[in-house]
Parts: sequence; structure tokens; C-alpha cells
Amino acid sequence: MTDGVAIISLRQVSKRYPGGFEALKAVSFAVEPGEMLFLTGHSGAGKTTLLKLIAAIERANGGAVLVNGQNLSALRPAAIPYLRRNLGLVFQGQKLLFDRSVFDNVMLPLIVTGQPYREAARRARAALDKVGLLPREKANPVTLSGGEQQRLCVARAVVNRPAILLADEPTASLDAAYADEIMEMFSAFNQVGVTVLVATHDRQLIGKYRKRVLTLDHGKLQ
Amino acid sequence: MRAWLQHHGLSLAQTLARLARSPFATTLNVLAIGVAAALPFGVYCVLGNFESLSRNASVDPQLSVFLARDAAKPEIGAVEARLKDARGVSAVRFVSRDAALVELNRVAGMQEVIASLPQNPLPDAFVVTLSGSDPALADRLELEFKSLPKVAYVQADSAWVRRLDALLRLGRTAVGLLAVLLGLALVAVTFNTIRLQILTQRDEIELCRLIGATHAYIRRPYFYLGSLLGLFGGIAALAIVLSGLTVLNRDLADLAYLYGSNVSLKFPSPNEMISALLAAVALGWLGAYLSVSRHLLETDRD
Repeated sequence: MTDGVAIISLRQVSKRYPGGFEALKAVSFAVEPGEMLFLTGHSGAGKTTLLKLIAAIERANGGAVLVNGQNLSALRPAAIPYLRRNLGLVFQGQKLLFDRSVFDNVMLPLIVTGQPYREAARRARAALDKVGLLPREKANPVTLSGGEQQRLCVARAVVNRPAILLADEPTASLDAAYADEIMEMFSAFNQVGVTVLVATHDRQLIGKYRKRVLTLDHGKLQ
Repeated sequence: MRAWLQHHGLSLAQTLARLARSPFATTLNVLAIGVAAALPFGVYCVLGNFESLSRNASVDPQLSVFLARDAAKPEIGAVEARLKDARGVSAVRFVSRDAALVELNRVAGMQEVIASLPQNPLPDAFVVTLSGSDPALADRLELEFKSLPKVAYVQADSAWVRRLDALLRLGRTAVGLLAVLLGLALVAVTFNTIRLQILTQRDEIELCRLIGATHAYIRRPYFYLGSLLGLFGGIAALAIVLSGLTVLNRDLADLAYLYGSNVSLKFPSPNEMISALLAAVALGWLGAYLSVSRHLLETDRD
């Protein structure tokens, strides 16, 4: 294992939920900075749990999760927000806010991290431009198509220029053309140095890219 | 730093906008807080008036020192010297038994009674004016004077002042209890209001935490909401108390006129009003703090 240069590293990580369900069993792997890789497996194999552990949304019961050299199980709760600022997250449930415009949705991570408004607005527009949604900046996200909503999620995830992008089933509800579009965007971010980890069960999509694939089966890495 | 100030400004503006969006609910909340705060503050103001009344009345509490009937001139002089030397005495006035009889004669209906007496029954007396209204001082001097030779009886004229004082102490304790209870009510009202607000925004809070918001960031708008509710509630309380005092004063003026005097309830001082407002703001802030902390704790657990 090349822990010295790994940006994400898991060692013998296990996660058991209350009630006894074992979502992950002794999972170990390392991701180098600038790598792009896929995480796949059947539904319920533990893909989402794995991503949640890396984002410190949940804590491992055993083993160590290291992100940017920080051991997450030793992290103080007050330090977690600062860890997450290095991560871009594309959530399975999108989590868009429908009480505000497309522009304000993308602004949120910048305001949360305390960027000055003018600079934040410039970067939000740049991110929207990258995903092709700049003309819709004043629209309410509810009026966007499924593919556009997913692109908005991507813009929100990358607007803070994170070192790591984690995406949980980003193409699940999209038809093939939209799914390709999203995956091309991830590939483009990866080419400028962002580490990208995509959890997906879409093997066809994975086949189009020559990237490392981690396969989970009932909580075990194959 | 600038971004931080910007976010404070933004939080305040959003909070005000949110309050303005539901004017009816906001008004009711502010009223509930206002009434809860107006009760102890109003009673405090009325009590303050009684207090100054008792202070005015006891500006110069007096002791009447009655001498024995057989006290001779030199003995009277000795008592007078001791009275004048005692600490806490500001003036000593001698009332001879003859002067007292003349004075009594002036009281309507007393002439016949006095005329029927074989001789002047009154003793010589001193009226001692004390320099302070401290009941302890009056007690001490009363005991001291009683032990002087040829002093038959000492009467304190400050008994009613002390009774009023005791009553006021009771009142102050009651106001304290009332303030604590209704302060709790105020915290409870803001706690629940903020909790409702948090529940309607729980998605936004969850998202903000996932993208790196600190607890301080999450708390900030709710601190503003709680403090503003407290502030508006405090203003409502002041309005209730001031208009209450105005109405009471109108009736009191009629009453005072019938008694030929000129009393009125004094309004609270600016300092007291500012203190009341600050207390309401602080309690609102506390309600917000408890509410957000509880939510953060609950969501941390899962």
C-alpha cells in the first residue's frame, strides 16, 4: 500500500449498523492524488456507506480511514466541516434547495465557507458555465430537467475547487446521453488534477473508461 | 473578516425577511413574549413607586422620648445632652408638659376632657429626629434612650414605615419569582418558535453541514431570530407597561385630587427600560441556543 502519497486510504475498515447489519467488512484500499476510479457492486453492497465514511458522515466501527493524511476516527467534531471543504459531494438524493435559484444553490458552498460575495458570485458563474447552466442561473431548480438538475449538483460540488470529488450514483436516474455528459464532466475535472471517486452500478458506463474499478460484494472488496 | 460581516448582515436581513413573511405568527409570538415580560416589569415599576413613597415618608423618622413625671430641671438637661450626643440623631426638640397641654387643647373635643382633669397629666418630652431612615438605627436608639435615667417611655414613630418596608421586601421577592418563571416561559416560547423554523429548514441545514458549514454558521441565523423575537417582545412589553402606567396615572390623578394631594406613578428610567430590553434579548438568544444545540445534537447522533 502506498500510504505515503495516498489522498484517501482505508485500512481494514468495517462498519456495522445498529441492529447488527454489517455494511463493510475489513475493506482496505488506497487512492493516489489525481486518480479517477469507480466503485461498483450490487445494490446494498456498501457503496454509499463507503462514501459516507470518507466524508465523515458516518464513523467506522473498526480500522482507519485516512483522508488527506488525517485519520477520521481521531478527528474532533469541530474539525469535520474543514475536512468536508476539501471534498466535493454529489449526493444520491441530489439535495437541491427548491426555495432559491440555480445561482443561489451553487453559491451556498461558497457562502458557507465564508468567501466574499463578489468573488463567490464570479466563481459560481464560472462553475455554472462549466456545466452549461449559466443561461438558467435565475431559474428555480424545480423547472430544470433531470439531467440539468444533476449538472447543477456537479456545479455545486466543484464550485469550491475541492481536491476530491465523491459521487454517489450520479447517473442513476438519467438516460444514457445525460449519463455520458455527467461522466465526461467528471473526467474533465480529473484531467485538471481532481481526485474522483464515482460509485455506480452501471457497468456499461464504467466500461467506457480505462480506470481502476473497486467492486464491493456484501461489504467485502473483491 | 469582510465575508464574515457580510454573512452576519445576510443572516440578519434573511431573518427579518422571514419574520415579515409571516406577519400574523410573528405578531402572536411577539405578543406572547411581550405579555410574559410585561408582567414582572410592570409589577417592578409599580413596586418601585411604593418604594420611593416609603423612602419619602421616612425621610425623618422620629422618636418621642417621654420623661418621668418627677424629672427635675438638671435631670432633664442631662437627658437632653445625652440625646444630642447620640450618634444618628439630627435634631432634638423639647416639648414641655405645659406646651404639650396647650397643643392638646387645640385638638377639637379635647378641651372638655382636659378641663375635667385635676392637673396636667402629660410628661415632659423630647422629639428626636433621626438622621437616617434605617430601621436598625431606630431600634438601637430606642433601646439606648430607654435606658437613660428619668426616661419613662420611648415611642418609635417609624413602625408603619417598617411594616411597609417588610411588605415591599415581600413584593420584591414575588417580582423576582415572577421574573424567573416568566423568563422561563419566554425561553420556552422562543425555543419552540425556533424549533419550528429549524424543522422547516432541516434540508438546508443538513446540506450546509455536508458542504462544510461549522456549527457557528448553522447557529447564526437562529441567534438573530431568537434575539430579534426577544427584542420585539421586549419592545411590546415596554409598550404594555408604559401604556398601563399612563392609564393608571389618569385614574390616580382623580383619586389624588379628591384627597387634595398630587401623586402619580413614575415611569421607569431609560436605564431600567434598556435593562429590560437587554434581558428579553438575552432570553431570546438563550432559547435559540438551546433549540439549535438540541437539533445539532439530535442530527449528530444518526
